[in-house]
Amino acid sequence: MTTDLTRASAAELSDLLAQGETSSVEVTQSLLNRTDAVDGDVHAYLHVDREGALATARDIDARRAAGEELHRLAGVPIAVKDVMATKGLPTTCGSKILEGWIPPYDATVVTRIKQAGMPILGKTNMDEFAMGSSTEHSAYGPTRNPWDLDRIPGGSGGGSSAVVASFQAPLAIGTDTGGSIRQPAAVTGTVGTKPTYGGVSRYGLVALASSLDQAGPCTRTVLDAALLHEVMGGHDPMDSTSINAPVPAVVEAARRADVKGMKIGIVRELTGDGFQAGVQARFDESVQHLVDAGAEVVEVSCPSFEAALAAYYLILPSEASSNLAKFDAMRYGMRVLPEGIDDPSAEQVMAATRDAGFGDEVKRRIILGTYALSSGYYDAYYGSAQKVRRLIADDFSRAFDTADVLVSPTAPTTAFRFGDKIDDPMAMYLNDIATIPANLAGVPGMSLPSGLADEDGLPAGFQILAPAAADERLYAVGSALEQRLLASWGGPLLGRAPELSTTTKGA
Amino acid sequence: MASTQIDTEATIAWDDVLASFDPVMGLEVHVELGTNTKMFCGCATEFGAEPNTQVCPVCLGLPGALPVVNETAVESAIRIGLALNCEIAEWCRFARKNYFYPDMPKNFQTSQYDEPIAFNGFLDVELEDGTTYRVDIERAHMEEDTGKSLHVGGSTGRIHGATHSLVDYNRAGIPLIEIVTKPLTGAGERAPEIAKAYVATLRDLLKALDVSDVKMEQGSMRCDVNLSLMPKGSDTFGTRTETKNVNSLRSVERAVRYEMCRHGAILQAGGTILQETRHWHEDTGITTSGRPKSDADDYRYFPEPDLVPVAPSRETVEALRATLPEPPAQRRKRLQGEWGFSDLEMRDVLNAGLVDLIGETVEAGATPAGARKWWSGEIARRANAEGGVSVADYAAERSITPAHVVELEGLVTSGRLNDSMARQAWEGVLDGEGTPTAVADARGLELVQDDGALEAAVDKVIEANADVAQKVRDGKVQAAGALIGQVMKEMKGQADAGKAREIILSKLTS
Ligand SMILES: [Zn+2]
Repeated sequence: MTTDLTRASAAELSDLLAQGETSSVEVTQSLLNRTDAVDGDVHAYLHVDREGALATARDIDARRAAGEELHRLAGVPIAVKDVMATKGLPTTCGSKILEGWIPPYDATVVTRIKQAGMPILGKTNMDEFAMGSSTEHSAYGPTRNPWDLDRIPGGSGGGSSAVVASFQAPLAIGTDTGGSIRQPAAVTGTVGTKPTYGGVSRYGLVALASSLDQAGPCTRTVLDAALLHEVMGGHDPMDSTSINAPVPAVVEAARRADVKGMKIGIVRELTGDGFQAGVQARFDESVQHLVDAGAEVVEVSCPSFEAALAAYYLILPSEASSNLAKFDAMRYGMRVLPEGIDDPSAEQVMAATRDAGFGDEVKRRIILGTYALSSGYYDAYYGSAQKVRRLIADDFSRAFDTADVLVSPTAPTTAFRFGDKIDDPMAMYLNDIATIPANLAGVPGMSLPSGLADEDGLPAGFQILAPAAADERLYAVGSALEQRLLASWGGPLLGRAPELSTTTKGA
Repeated sequence: MASTQIDTEATIAWDDVLASFDPVMGLEVHVELGTNTKMFCGCATEFGAEPNTQVCPVCLGLPGALPVVNETAVESAIRIGLALNCEIAEWCRFARKNYFYPDMPKNFQTSQYDEPIAFNGFLDVELEDGTTYRVDIERAHMEEDTGKSLHVGGSTGRIHGATHSLVDYNRAGIPLIEIVTKPLTGAGERAPEIAKAYVATLRDLLKALDVSDVKMEQGSMRCDVNLSLMPKGSDTFGTRTETKNVNSLRSVERAVRYEMCRHGAILQAGGTILQETRHWHEDTGITTSGRPKSDADDYRYFPEPDLVPVAPSRETVEALRATLPEPPAQRRKRLQGEWGFSDLEMRDVLNAGLVDLIGETVEAGATPAGARKWWSGEIARRANAEGGVSVADYAAERSITPAHVVELEGLVTSGRLNDSMARQAWEGVLDGEGTPTAVADARGLELVQDDGALEAAVDKVIEANADVAQKVRDGKVQAAGALIGQVMKEMKGQADAGKAREIILSKLTS
């Protein structure tokens, strides 16, 4: 075997495992070795579970040897964003306030990947409670972009995208509230899907904004995303907002990669001004590839998208301010006693803990949300934002009357440097301008690499949006585009990423 | 220090309050539903379990856990709404009521805000004097209960002075229905009685609906009393106070009366009422100041994004309406008529909680009078001596059933037992000696059926009481009673008194 197991896709590993060309232990060990070598620099993981991952791998290898019929992805390792409850494994959400918390239960998504027999390599880094677009807001230090260690890997799920981009895992689970799967995918040259709201169970996903959060796959190929999407998705009686319908036929769509006769809608409001030249150029080329593959291009207008960012930054903090109230030092997590008070009350302990345990960005949003929900302001802020949300949903449904999918660049720019936007929240928020509308309307979206921007040689992302419950269209279009781009590049885009310096572990 | 000192506030006499003021009342009743599982998770709801044994990630508010609505609780809520003559929302949502409190796992309570499941109803309440007062119902909404704090180390059990607190989350997430009245005006001096009668009527209704065990002493039904006064003739409501957790019918009545007298004292002295919550003290019958409450209290309500709206179809609502029991007041009237009980008899039966038992016994074949007689006699005395358990519970524990009463009555009507023998047989049943027939057999209870022996006894008694016998012959039939008593004595009780009378009269008259 000459294949570098760390570079193989999940689909390839699945075949190799099925054919007995490798073992899950071998694959898992290779990936853990890779982590030992590169993650000191990348810092994609907050917690690596070597023993747990290898134990699952051994179990799967034994069951395969015994002739048991296994899931297609059995034995293929995966990383999980630290916002998902994992029984027996730390779950911090990138926050000090949950330092040391070990959940007594598994998120439904985690249960499903365990049932599929996928070894869990570890928990990936993220902006604290998924608030941010850079992973700089993790309480445990930033994750670095494998393309350039001085740049951000996107956020909030920078860890999940970086772990895939740096070949520490073929698959990772991310969550996307306003672009936290798609924007990191774009700036790391990887693939990420935010499924239709309700398509993947939120049970066990530590809520940022309940009405916006959605978990999805982070991978290096469109087919891998489809394979993981299929494992994660489907109805869950533990989540009332979960859709009671079969998972859309995403794997089949990815394999067929057929866009003939499809109408591709370019969203006028999400191109041009404000988008980096190289990002725009790669986007235009990608659209041409789809035309070459038989698709038809139409232009659509979604005027309400201009208000999306404002609505998002009212709805998200409002829901977050309530969701994060439970972190009060009473039942789990950090507990800080106030200084200079001999006999503190529960309320004083709560206040001291929350002051010490939450970072600035979290506090900023809790304060915003508390204000927006206050009586006398509710109608002007939360109420109006909900109205905008309906207008955006209306824009989408009108656009989908003329187009089968909508496309745009995923993020306006390539990866920015650390610190560039940390003191300018508005600039950071603007990075999510193209991804936020999908969360507000609950429609599915995907980002896949469109190439490298000429001016900085960094990856740019191509976003596809589909109507609710039509996630398979993302995979048909994504797969067709990926085939043509791979042909034009002569290999995966990540092959052009600089080699990470590896540190050999002392014996 | 034995106990915390409580400053008793000034009050004025009841008549003085009524002379100058009209009360405005609002009653909020929280009812724990008797569902097997909690409002948003599958945990058990049994009362009295070991602390924190009926909990899960959902009701502990662990990060990532999500609620799922208990459909049975929604059905109960709709049935309660219908029984209270409410409209049922076609579409409504849960809302989060946000505030920090250690016994509330999520630091928000999942409740309903401006979209209650039921609204705009009424409940007619019968008062002692036979008149009816209509209590307008503003709304009935669904919510979850909080955990329970136990303050340890202090002398009072209250948080003040405690060294630490323990929280039991078994109660967290138990389904609650909050029933809120509209402001009740025009009650005047009847306000305390109306408050008590309303809560009592509501309790009976909920019991008949079989949605809650409505035990005020265990907290499965809790009442908050909102009260304000307005000067007589005014129609501008005064500032109200909210007296929390008034947990018995008598306390509801007393709390209304006390607050009226306290408000009256303040207002008459030219003071202003502080808008606040107040604690009710069952032992002393007074309220004390709790937490100031103002309209600025901001719970930052917003629709619960983790739950989908509740949208009961009209078919579902009608199907649930069909399951409503006959309203208790109406049922009482109907049964009283059917059973032929006097008002006094019916009231006794009601107070003893015997309506259902008598109903079942009549259903099983007994006469209403017989059923009332046997269930309210010796057994009631014994049940009361056992620390006041209900007759129904006392009987159920000992497997004494309506069939026993039917059988006992049968033994009397068939002529095997007379009344005093039947009492002995019933005592045997209560003593656990078996069925009435078995007891009668074992104790040798049997009327003498031999007419010869009875006639001989009659002859003997007539002979020995010639003067009395002569009175009967002269037409004073009631004098036969004395002879009957003598005959029964002669027969050692083993005779049918009716038959003895028959023989005596046949020998002395005609
Ligand atoms: Zn529970």
